[in-house]
Amino acid sequence: MKAVVTVMLKDGVLDPQGEAVKSALGAMGFDGVEAVRQGKVIELDLAPGTTEDQVTEMCEKLLANTVIESYAVEIRA
Amino acid sequence: MKAAVLVFPGSNCDRDLAVAFRAAGFEVDMVWHKDTDLPAATDVVGIPGGFSYGDYLRCGAIAAGSPIMGAVRAHADKGGYVLGICNGFQVLCETRLLPGVLMRNAGLKFVCRAQDLAVATTDSAFTGGYRDGATITVPIAHHDGNYQIDPDGLAGLQAEDRIAFTYTGNPNGSVADIAGVLSENRRVLGMMPHPERAIDPEQGGADGRVLFDALAGALVAA
Repeated sequence: MKAVVTVMLKDGVLDPQGEAVKSALGAMGFDGVEAVRQGKVIELDLAPGTTEDQVTEMCEKLLANTVIESYAVEIRA
Repeated sequence: MKAAVLVFPGSNCDRDLAVAFRAAGFEVDMVWHKDTDLPAATDVVGIPGGFSYGDYLRCGAIAAGSPIMGAVRAHADKGGYVLGICNGFQVLCETRLLPGVLMRNAGLKFVCRAQDLAVATTDSAFTGGYRDGATITVPIAHHDGNYQIDPDGLAGLQAEDRIAFTYTGNPNGSVADIAGVLSENRRVLGMMPHPERAIDPEQGGADGRVLFDALAGALVAA
């Protein structure tokens, strides 16, 4: 079983890297982009018996800094 | 007087920090991140600058969960002094011993220069040696020094006089020009500038020396 954790900056937190990517896209002629938010995807291969609740605890304690980041957990068979 | 300087894989200011503590009269132990105890009778823990664990995941995040940090938290909980500089400040925020976060510099560039700071409070063992409102010059060298905290948290820091230093000419986008903050009991200081790189005129300035001397003085007086 695999857990896919997506970590993003919370809405309202300025994302200077996303802004830089947007500006670079504009410079390359891709002018159809209104906003860019950059985050990260973390894949966990779970041992049998590991629960989604435990993955959530991992997010709270390490994978995301919940002061500025939100996270989403997707469990895949 | 004993200082313990933590060493993580990727720390690179640990020896400079030890030199600064020794110059102020401290006996210094270097403490490896896998240790679970601080040396007996440690008065102050120094968390040095550098790139602990290669800045993987988030700056300071992996270090915050390392074995030694349990002992550092216990030391802080019983009123011990902790000084986190640069990456050490990031580690202190990630452990929540200090509030707020350090984000990528607003200008996205690594900044490395001599930086003017205002001493925002002299009410701490770290800053008691400075004149209130003094301008000091201390090197900065960081990519992720953009201090952010929510409005309520900022109001709390201001109301409790816990902002230790502010930038004169903000280099990284930090809210309210914050360069360093104190814990509620004023015994944990995190700061992005490097006072250990300014302890001798040969280094271009000795404004950082005052911090270490003041801390030593506070411990002698205690």
